[in-house]
Amino acid sequence: MTKITSNQVRHVANLARLRVSDEEVQTFTNQLEGLLEHFSAISAIDTKGVQPTSHPIAINNVFRKDVPTPSLSQEQVLSNAPSSEDNRFSVPQILGESE
Amino acid sequence: MESQALEQAKEIDRKKSAGETLGALAGTTVAIKDNMATIGVKTTCASKMLENWIPVYDATVVKKLKEADAIIVGKTNLDEFAMGSSTENSAFKTTKNPHDTSKVPGGSSGGSAATVAAGAVTFSLGSDTGGSIRQPASLCGIVGVKPTYGRVSRYGLVAFGSSLDQIGPFARNVSDAATLLDVLSGYDPMDSTSINKEYKPLTDVLGSDIKGLRVGIIDELKGPQGFQREVLDAVDETAKLLEKNGATVGNVSIPASAYGLSAYYIIAPAEASSNLARFDGMRYGLRVEEQSAALTNEATRQAGFGMEVKRRIMLGTYALSAGYYDAFYAQAQKVRTLMINDFKQAYENFDVLLSPTSPTTAFGIGEKTQDPYQMYLADVCTLPTNIVGATSMSVPVGVDDNGLPIGVQVFAPPLGEEVMFQVASAIEEQANYNAVPVVGAF
Repeated sequence: MTKITSNQVRHVANLARLRVSDEEVQTFTNQLEGLLEHFSAISAIDTKGVQPTSHPIAINNVFRKDVPTPSLSQEQVLSNAPSSEDNRFSVPQILGESE
Repeated sequence: MESQALEQAKEIDRKKSAGETLGALAGTTVAIKDNMATIGVKTTCASKMLENWIPVYDATVVKKLKEADAIIVGKTNLDEFAMGSSTENSAFKTTKNPHDTSKVPGGSSGGSAATVAAGAVTFSLGSDTGGSIRQPASLCGIVGVKPTYGRVSRYGLVAFGSSLDQIGPFARNVSDAATLLDVLSGYDPMDSTSINKEYKPLTDVLGSDIKGLRVGIIDELKGPQGFQREVLDAVDETAKLLEKNGATVGNVSIPASAYGLSAYYIIAPAEASSNLARFDGMRYGLRVEEQSAALTNEATRQAGFGMEVKRRIMLGTYALSAGYYDAFYAQAQKVRTLMINDFKQAYENFDVLLSPTSPTTAFGIGEKTQDPYQMYLADVCTLPTNIVGATSMSVPVGVDDNGLPIGVQVFAPPLGEEVMFQVASAIEEQANYNAVPVVGAF
């Protein structure tokens, strides 16, 4: 059976950039274990030699003509930004940060 | 939104008095699930993350509605980011079922279903990733269609599970649903997964003879546990009505569909965890600012997402993570192939398939919120269609002992909408469903 530990939950939360409270860790540990116990039923199916499907309709590369068309203005693109400056997105410090 | 609607109405009046040609939807009102972009009108996905997001473009479906002279009168409530089966996961409001206000309308497109059922609009748009149009249609006693993957453009639909999502219509009858789907269908250069094909109008096939059509009832989607007796009986009665009209009816097995729920709840959360990575508090939506971008990212996602969204991100991230990828995600994708093959085989002997839309009629508000697995089971009959990329629709056929609507689901192969609508219109005519909601403009 699938055993989920609270450390695994913290690791997955970190991968997903989700900050979780201790209480949430407890809830997710129980719930993920319960859900995965149901869903691990699929491991019982023999899929030897079966190709995976990532997309239900078979489309390969979709090309279009390389013709310039109007796009959104800078002002429109920035209209929903939490913060912007000089026609750019303004974000908190990225490099040189310590966690 | 109100001023836009009044302007649209005035424009239709002008066209009419000027003798200009009116669009196919002129004079109708439409509501739109709040996960489709509407220019200048907030599109929240019922999430604190997008509480104040005002799109600067229209989704292709919204554009098409406007071009067809429909009047867009409102945005409707949903489960946050379309994740749920009851609309209880909305960060803002609880939507009630117009047939019994102590019950859920279903989900995730619960607002769109309830508003059509209550007669507030002619039709509405929903999105369906695992049943989010068909299940609420069934619970609210209206028609809901999940078109073939790629038939309707997804441009401007906030992505949940990109290989599963599809926009479709809600209406109070099959003919209205066909009229709306005819407007929505078509290739869109803005969505490279839309199918490049000319479609025959579905309104042309309504009412045509079903003599000789072969109808299969899916064995795996009638139990064993958790199915309401009246719902299963409704499927059998519907099959009998079709038989009386010259169709042949048989049973059919889709063995891999027994694993549909597991495959779906691995694939959909995996795609969601990837799609929702874009909500990082940098370019749009909520930002909870801390000293660094990484900390801001975490703080924003903690504050912006509700519990169900977090649960699916966790589930999906786990299924995609090192050490578990092969056992869960890769295996689910192979099961997807098996399901496609099983359905193909079934359609060698049948033209359409039948099952319940939802295992039960509308359940109580709060009844399933503490147990995610019980809530996920509400999708067990609808999610196979999304997994295989095909089409199916829910048609109301009757009510249970408490007067709650029961829907029957008609399945067809990919791009099999014509035969599906043909059978749906026969079911509608025979079943003569006429339950009147307790809330609404009737």
